[in-house]
Amino acid sequence: MTINPQTNHTQSAASVEAINMTMKFGEFTALDNVGIKVKPGSFHALLGENGAGKSTLVKCIMGFYHATDGQVLVDNKEAQMDDPKDAQAIGLGMVYQHFTLVPSLTGAENLLISRVNAPNIINWSDENDDMTAFIDKMPFKVPLDVPVSRLSAGEKQKLEILKQLYLGSRFLILDEPTSVLTPAEADEVLSHVKKLTKDNKVSVLMITHKFKEVTKFADEVTVLRRGKFAGGGDVSTLTANDMAVMMMGSETPKVEFNRAPTADDNILKLSNVKAQDRSGLKHILIKDLKVRAGEILGVAGVSGNGQTELMEILTGQRPMTDGAITVQDHPFSGTREQSKKYQVRYLPEEPLQNACAARMSVAENLAFRIFDMQGDKKRFWKSDQDIKTFAHKMITEFNIKTVSTDSPISTLSGGNVQRAVLARELTGDVKLLVISNPCFGLDFSAVLAIRKRIIEARNNGVAVLLISEDLDEIMELSDRIVVMSEGSINYETEANSADITKIGHYMAGHS
Amino acid sequence: MKELATTPLPSQSSLGILKWVPRLEFVAIPIFAVICGFVIFSIFLVLLGKSPTDFFALVYKAGFSTAFSWQNTLSRAAPLLLAALCVALPAKLGLVVIGGEGAIALGAVAAGAIGAYLTNVSGVIALPILFLASAFTGAFWIGLVGFLRIKRGVNETIASLLMAYIAIAISNHLIESVFRDPASLNKPSTASLSEALRVGAMPIGIDVHWGFLAGLIACIVSWILVEKTTLGFSARIAGGNIRAAQVQGLPVAKLIIGFTALGGAIAGIAGFYEVTAVHGSANASVFAGYGYTGILIAFLARHNALAIVPITIMLAGFEASSGLIQRRMDLPDATILVFEGIVFVTILFSETLYGRFRFSKHEYWKAGV
Repeated sequence: MTINPQTNHTQSAASVEAINMTMKFGEFTALDNVGIKVKPGSFHALLGENGAGKSTLVKCIMGFYHATDGQVLVDNKEAQMDDPKDAQAIGLGMVYQHFTLVPSLTGAENLLISRVNAPNIINWSDENDDMTAFIDKMPFKVPLDVPVSRLSAGEKQKLEILKQLYLGSRFLILDEPTSVLTPAEADEVLSHVKKLTKDNKVSVLMITHKFKEVTKFADEVTVLRRGKFAGGGDVSTLTANDMAVMMMGSETPKVEFNRAPTADDNILKLSNVKAQDRSGLKHILIKDLKVRAGEILGVAGVSGNGQTELMEILTGQRPMTDGAITVQDHPFSGTREQSKKYQVRYLPEEPLQNACAARMSVAENLAFRIFDMQGDKKRFWKSDQDIKTFAHKMITEFNIKTVSTDSPISTLSGGNVQRAVLARELTGDVKLLVISNPCFGLDFSAVLAIRKRIIEARNNGVAVLLISEDLDEIMELSDRIVVMSEGSINYETEANSADITKIGHYMAGHS
Repeated sequence: MKELATTPLPSQSSLGILKWVPRLEFVAIPIFAVICGFVIFSIFLVLLGKSPTDFFALVYKAGFSTAFSWQNTLSRAAPLLLAALCVALPAKLGLVVIGGEGAIALGAVAAGAIGAYLTNVSGVIALPILFLASAFTGAFWIGLVGFLRIKRGVNETIASLLMAYIAIAISNHLIESVFRDPASLNKPSTASLSEALRVGAMPIGIDVHWGFLAGLIACIVSWILVEKTTLGFSARIAGGNIRAAQVQGLPVAKLIIGFTALGGAIAGIAGFYEVTAVHGSANASVFAGYGYTGILIAFLARHNALAIVPITIMLAGFEASSGLIQRRMDLPDATILVFEGIVFVTILFSETLYGRFRFSKHEYWKAGV
């Protein structure tokens, strides 16, 4: 298969349709009978939370995965894609969330090397003429003669899109194309993409979390939720709230827990806490956040709105530029001594990556909180016997399934790793528990067991801060709910009187 | 699986002695790898038209057969034990520090330079001073690598390697200028230490200096530090997953600086013994590559401080045989380096074998019970 860029980019936009796509990974169904139709020359948005199946769907379309069931139609003809090369050959291209350009090469060099049939000897004067001709037909320009490392993030993203067009793509999948861009850059890039679809050069399927981008740029939207089709249609007929409800679901809590009354004393207080976000471009600002003893405060929000940073600030991993955190009215910065003294425990998301040393044994991982203390005294000598006894106790109490206490913790299933971390963090005197997405990727029974433990801790008087992207989880567990959007808290409500459409409204970034 | 989970204790103890079998892979796999290295090197010798059996016989003869060969081997082992720890200790925190040679050089210059001024002081007072001076110099130098890692995010492998070159340049400069003994004409050296400042042989019948004992003690103490203290456990958590360590509030920065500095101090002590026990002054022969061989040893020992001891003795024996092989087999002295290199590569390849064999799994033995 050879690609001739000179003829291909004059072709018009393709239509792509996926019918009854189902993808199973072992027992787990990542995608359940999902259909999507992208009309030629349209800008189609694919919305959904983490784990909703968006990536699985586009990977099936692009031939990265072989779907368990279902078909892909390109221009109304069935297309068999065994790998991404086949997809590229019929004009399907994908722009990834992170740049795939070579930073030290120029734009022109990057375009050239991306070609399947890149020549062994390059006639640069011919190639340059071709590229100039190609660029002249494009609605936006990127300097092709400087190294990519000198381009801004917006220019790089535009070059990624140009690269796909140069390769002859008539259908483009954009995977969260604006996550590395500033809002202004994001606007510019997406308006160019919109122009390309209007000119019927290309059809676009964009994965996103951001409602604003959908309402502003997309023609149609498809919403996935837990691997299933959750809604969709013409963007002009839908509000951000409608989409939020589709994305989050609006089922009432399945399980009702008995709740002990909440005390009045504030355990955790954040006032005017300021810090840089991960990109370094924006700020996190928490003006006022309090969690009382015996209360679960749920922090809802679409991922990427500062929740990860909030967790990092609370664990002392991200420096604050301003403001103060107090626990039980004492200044708190997350050192081990403070965590011990004020009885603060953490349950970070993805525990194997964030809370465990994968190659250390189950017993050792369970001992992270207790290995250096004997009662109130600091230990110098580690006691392997105590660590082992403690591990056996935890394994029985929390029903952790492991072959042996000496097995590396990475050999455990996800649910059992989470149980082990929960066992470690909930054992002993706890006053404040900070949790982030505790049930992400776990099966139903593990989810129920873990939520029970959290409620149990709450009823014993623990103040719980629950950061979660799963609105059901927030609704089920919380006493009080705040919404986080663009690094700040913009809404607060009592859980029993919470209005889910209102929460969706604030999650979508309105205030 | 279910009954295992509910009754973890009995299933553990019913394994009895068998539960130790999976750990055998930590011995069996390196031995297998070394044997593979021997075989590949034998092929290399055969291609050169030399006899592998002659070679191994000579290595044994020169390195391990007589009191004299043991003396030769163990004297070389002393600095290697210490240099290997300079790699193994930071490795517990997940850092690959390969610049121990620099700490040895600066430690040696510190001992040689200060020792030259302590001509009329008794050894009881002066030697501890020199010992500490070498240790502090080494600790500063490698501790700086840890500091740069934390404060500026500088890659510790590159930093330590480049700083070793700088350290050697500084050492050469000092030996050839301010601290140069005017009497050292052909080989610039610091002034010879007085007899009182010389570290002698241990009373074990062969001429092996006290540095070997210091190396053994350092290995044992390091092993205890890492395996038996809460400090070592904290370091292993940080080395295993730095984010988990931060969430636990462990002082990651202090641990990194502390362990790199400790490794540097131990390498500095190697410099102290090279000056006070071997050369009698600091000169360029002190930094003869012990730091680099130390890297090899630490990796072969999988950064286990106790495993460093037998591996050091093995490699020291190989190096001690280099001269004899050169003379008897008419091979260049780099032959030993080829041999060491091949063994190193086979050991690195063998890393991928862990957990692949049925005997290394608990389940395998459980099924048999």
